Amino acid sequence: MVLRKGGLMNGAEAILEALEREGVRHIFGVPGGANMPIYDAMYTREGIEHILTRHEQGAAHAAEGYAISSGRTGVVFATSGPGALNLVTGLADAMMDSVPLVAITGQVSRSAVGTDAFQEADVTGVTMPITKHNYLVQDVNDIPRIIKEAFIIASTGRPGPVLIDVPKDVQFEEFSGSFDVAPQLPGYQPTTKGHPRQIQKALAALKEARRPVLMVGGGAHDASQALLKLIETTGIPVITTLKGLGAVPATHPQVVGMPGMHGTVAANLAVQQADLILAIGLRFDDRITGNLEKFAPNVRTVIHVDIDPAEIGKVVEASIPIVGDAAWVAEKLAQGAEPLELEEWWAQIRAWQEANPLPQPRGELLSSIEVVQAFWEATGGEAYVTTGVGQHQMFAALYWKTKRPRGFITSGGLGTMGYGLPASVGVQVAHPGELVLNFDGDGSLQMTVQELATLVRYNLPVKVLLLNNGYLGMVRQWQDLFNEKRYAEVHLEESNPNFARLAEAFGMKGVVVENKEQLPQAVDEILEHPGPVLADFRVHNEEGVFPMIPAGGSAEDIITQHPEEAN
Amino acid sequence: MRHLVSVLVEDHPRVLTRITSLFARRGFNIESLAVGKTHVPGLSRISIVVLGDDRTIEQVEKQLNKLIEVIKVTDHSEPHVERELALVKVRTEGVEERLQIKEIVEAFRARAIDVGPKSAIYEVTGTPYKIEGFIEGLEPYGVLEVMRTGAVAMSRGENILRPRMKKEAV
Repeated sequence: MVLRKGGLMNGAEAILEALEREGVRHIFGVPGGANMPIYDAMYTREGIEHILTRHEQGAAHAAEGYAISSGRTGVVFATSGPGALNLVTGLADAMMDSVPLVAITGQVSRSAVGTDAFQEADVTGVTMPITKHNYLVQDVNDIPRIIKEAFIIASTGRPGPVLIDVPKDVQFEEFSGSFDVAPQLPGYQPTTKGHPRQIQKALAALKEARRPVLMVGGGAHDASQALLKLIETTGIPVITTLKGLGAVPATHPQVVGMPGMHGTVAANLAVQQADLILAIGLRFDDRITGNLEKFAPNVRTVIHVDIDPAEIGKVVEASIPIVGDAAWVAEKLAQGAEPLELEEWWAQIRAWQEANPLPQPRGELLSSIEVVQAFWEATGGEAYVTTGVGQHQMFAALYWKTKRPRGFITSGGLGTMGYGLPASVGVQVAHPGELVLNFDGDGSLQMTVQELATLVRYNLPVKVLLLNNGYLGMVRQWQDLFNEKRYAEVHLEESNPNFARLAEAFGMKGVVVENKEQLPQAVDEILEHPGPVLADFRVHNEEGVFPMIPAGGSAEDIITQHPEEAN
Repeated sequence: MRHLVSVLVEDHPRVLTRITSLFARRGFNIESLAVGKTHVPGLSRISIVVLGDDRTIEQVEKQLNKLIEVIKVTDHSEPHVERELALVKVRTEGVEERLQIKEIVEAFRARAIDVGPKSAIYEVTGTPYKIEGFIEGLEPYGVLEVMRTGAVAMSRGENILRPRMKKEAV
């Protein structure tokens, strides 16, 4: 610990000391007027590495990527007013996808709070609905307790973001408190152990089921080992949501696929025909259920396992609710599970799978599908994947067979375009020796493209794989299918930058891949390059993502190819 | 359906905002809300009258429980007592009217707490239903002002809203 003159510590140093005691090794952030004391304290301090992003939103998503891929709590710094407000999208994203973050923001001095001071914003007010909890520090000696509580709240129960707003004068103030403090959270007692009777009921119901499915979501990644045991004992078909990709390896023969709007036909029909749904760590998002009235009409038993009691019964009524930690409950279920007789059910699912394979690349133009497939083949799926939001995200979700838990890092609930590149920064920081691929879209990438500079500055060898179709592609697809091709404000091509040269301008390798013939060599060139690469894949402009269930529809309404191709 | 929910909270700045903003963003309807300190330093208690079906109330309770500073929530579906207080200012100009008002006040066990030359203020306590009856009764004479506290409630008997003891039988 570095002490100031006279052996005393100020609030800023106390913050860093408390963070270090929480085991924090990396912080993502941007300095500014109201958090300068923290950065000043960091200047001479060792033990914590700070990653400077070019925008606070980038810092927030980087911390998310760091947290999702590693399971550790991500930490973000931003200054008051605009700095803190730039975190808002990242905090909301983390709230929706249950990502453990601690954001520490500078605030104007206590005497200036409420006076519309320079760079003042009511950050605790603004972030109230998009954080799991937030704090405004009023007393410098509360810092250790508040930071301890923040990490507990962020990382336990249903994880989520916690924001701590620290007035600048508090950062300067002399600290005379103790770091040996107990958290004071009388109202916070998450349930981690599922009720044994409910688990017995679930096991009994499983035994009776003829057409059961196990649905796993983003809350199930740490349950991976227990889930494997459970599925291999029972033989149950597995459906992995977008956020659950990799919780059970997509290459496992029992994984039927992803459900929902862009899920596979077999996965959707399996849910539709199931008589029992065992849902672990998911919240039945509307992109999964579609029209609720028609969702899973044949289901007789819904076993819903979640650590957040408020998610149980919120959307789909659960006949056997189990509040608890996914890993704990999955382990108990695995221990009590017995082999199920599912030959008929599997025959049906295999028939659906055979009759409805995922679309494959066709035609002369370079397909997004084959780009994803080429990288999967070349790497054997051994990589962390991040994505932006849009068509490329769905192509990646469907064709990248995620093999590892926490291996597919994407913005699910909030659907934040621009998420992929900054998230890849955090993933690469958390996993320096691993390959990180960011599948991105031209629309998405440009929302946070400044973070290419962060890749360069820290020499993070992320491969940015830009599926460039010159459109806001998902919106175009909707306009194509539902608005009679009235392509309102979705054209990007004419005004897109030359992405390879843009990458070069940032100081990293840029590659253009214009056709199928160039693809194999380009894949090798990209993967062999030791540093960061941006590869601009000029893919088919009007390729659609299929299957698709139109908004408000159900599995019966699934479209497996473009209607014009069907004729 | 009308539900009465009592919430025990840590007495921190903005805790009330957290609760009202939760109700606003989740689309729950508050009919009335009353807040006050308890006998335990640092703990406040809030009574909220919520309109909604059972499923909505279940969500209200669960979402309230997710707030870190909320210590305990109870929906008073069990036997409980409920009271509200109201101040009602009524025009009292004629002698005849005053006598009639006095009768109503006695019937509702209300009492005058301020009497002026042209108006008087009455205090009435009871269930919201009784208070509405009292105000309706005074309507013909000219109700000038009404201030209601919102309902407050308490479960009867041993059912006590207090912090969960550590390691209580789960």
